[in-house]
Amino acid sequence: MDKFVIKFENVGLRYGMGPEILRDLNFQITPGSFQFLTGPSGAGKSSLLRLLFLSLKPTRGLISVFGNDTASILPDELPAIRQKIGIVFQDFRLLDHLTTYENVALPLRVRGKEDVSYRKDVIELLSWVGLKDRINVYPPVLSGGEKQRAAIARALINQPKLLLADEPTGNLDPSLARRLLRLFAELNRSGTSVVIATHDLDLMDQYQTRRLVLNEGRLQVYD
Amino acid sequence: MKGGCRFMTKYKSYRRKKLQPGRAPVPKISDADYGKPATKGDPVKILPRQNKQSSIVPRETIAGNSLMLVIAIMSFLLCITFGAVSLVSDTASAWQNDIAREVTIQIRPVDGVNMTEALERAQTIASGKPGIDSVTIISDDETARLLEPWLGAGLSLEELPIPRLLSVKLKTGKRPDFDELRRELTESVPGASLDDHQAWAGRLTRMAGATVIIGVAIMLLVMAATVLTVIFATKGAMSGNRHVVEVLHFVGADDKYIADQFQRHFLLLGLKGGAVGGLIATLGFLIIGYWTGQNSATPEGDQMTALFGTFSVGTTGYSGVIVIVILIAFLTAYTSRATVRRQISALEQN
Ligand SMILES: Nc1ncnc2c1ncn2[C@@H]1O[C@H](COP(=O)(O)OP(=O)(O)OP(=O)(O)O)[C@@H](O)[C@H]1O
Ligand SMILES: [Mg+2]
Repeated sequence: MDKFVIKFENVGLRYGMGPEILRDLNFQITPGSFQFLTGPSGAGKSSLLRLLFLSLKPTRGLISVFGNDTASILPDELPAIRQKIGIVFQDFRLLDHLTTYENVALPLRVRGKEDVSYRKDVIELLSWVGLKDRINVYPPVLSGGEKQRAAIARALINQPKLLLADEPTGNLDPSLARRLLRLFAELNRSGTSVVIATHDLDLMDQYQTRRLVLNEGRLQVYD
Repeated sequence: MKGGCRFMTKYKSYRRKKLQPGRAPVPKISDADYGKPATKGDPVKILPRQNKQSSIVPRETIAGNSLMLVIAIMSFLLCITFGAVSLVSDTASAWQNDIAREVTIQIRPVDGVNMTEALERAQTIASGKPGIDSVTIISDDETARLLEPWLGAGLSLEELPIPRLLSVKLKTGKRPDFDELRRELTESVPGASLDDHQAWAGRLTRMAGATVIIGVAIMLLVMAATVLTVIFATKGAMSGNRHVVEVLHFVGADDKYIADQFQRHFLLLGLKGGAVGGLIATLGFLIIGYWTGQNSATPEGDQMTALFGTFSVGTTGYSGVIVIVILIAFLTAYTSRATVRRQISALEQN
């Protein structure tokens, strides 16, 4: 196992000719760690997650993901790396024409696995997040919280080494939010590094754990 | 979460657990936290639909029907053009074979020369030459029948200064020395000339060649139009499914997998459209063949037959249709695949 799952060295990011949104970021994410990423709206949390997910390239600086320098990753190496990362988007990004079951199974399906080989795991995970009786339902009829849980299940099904979640509790009532956070914590206990972007202070107060705070483009780390 | 979830249990053994700094101090999750806990040994009652999985690229998002119609029209045009070209080139080569196996001696009427005698003399001269199989005098009746469409029935050849013909069948293989034969004939039979059909054969070859070239050009244009249409349709399908492509990328699908998802629709569309067009073209061939067959007793039919043989598109034509249908399907599939991959790499550049 690499020493760091993620390593940032002097990373800067700007969109087009705009101002630098992220400046001089230096931090690491160790295997099996758990951290919150926080900061005011517009601080660049989602942008930072996109950098971690390799869907955005830094304007300067060095990012290494699982020991790969992102500047030298070839396009056809990306899928293998992304398969090790689970991501929960702020807006879920479920596919409306696939059932909940199919959405959750998608990461396995695109790896060419047969339906029979993962059916049990998917159903088990779905019942674990409380969506067992929503298996054959399409996302448009799911409630916000149900979509959120489906998105989370999709991020977990592939047993990622790194889990990125962008405001995963944004649409949920406090008790459901706590419940899902425990889900992440449970995943973390089994070895996955977890990064949760949120500005829900109540939520963060429940876990005394590492915090990455973004403010005016700079990052402060509170271990 | 004590043994509640086999997924997690498996997951844990799958990943060697290592204690790391920064680990969240986690309160244990009890099964009560989940609305419907999965208890040990609880058989899964609700199963995903057993019927086929939904297609990852939804079929409705591809302008399927209009594209299929366009492909059907294109494949119909390709088949018809191919049929016409193969008919012309078959006919031309049939003509050329006939021409190559036959030459004509023509004897113009000359005052004071007995036509019957002249015909017989020419027959004798020609028959003796090597490479010549047989020499037949075209009889009065036959000549009259040949001229009937122009001069009407009840023709008396004696009254008219009409040239007479001898048909000379050649042996296959070595051709006789026509210059020698021509010289001998003009010397001893007044008014005789030898037509070895070379000029006509040359013109025929050029005409057939030009037709084939035009046909092939049309086919290339139709194929180019098909490719362009498929590119447009694929781009449309891609932009309509941008979010799908994005999500596929995020869950770790490689470009090949994504291209496959699109290609599978287009291959099917290409096959269906191509088959419909090919089928209609085949029906057209059969109907025309049948129609000319029915008419072969009439003078118009005779002329058609004289020109185009039986006007049946031969095995070349029909196997051409099959090849075209398959070609169209693969052209469609390949084009959409190439377009998808190009679009994807453009997407990744940003
Ligand atoms: N694609 C883009 N092009 C240009 N500017 C962008 C783009 N995406 C984000 N930005 C800008 O970058 C800044 C950071 O945006 P980002 O979405 O990362 O913030 P955030 O911390 O996630 O905010 P929130 O908490 O509201 O989700 C914002 O000022 C935003 O306007
Ligand atoms: Mg955000």
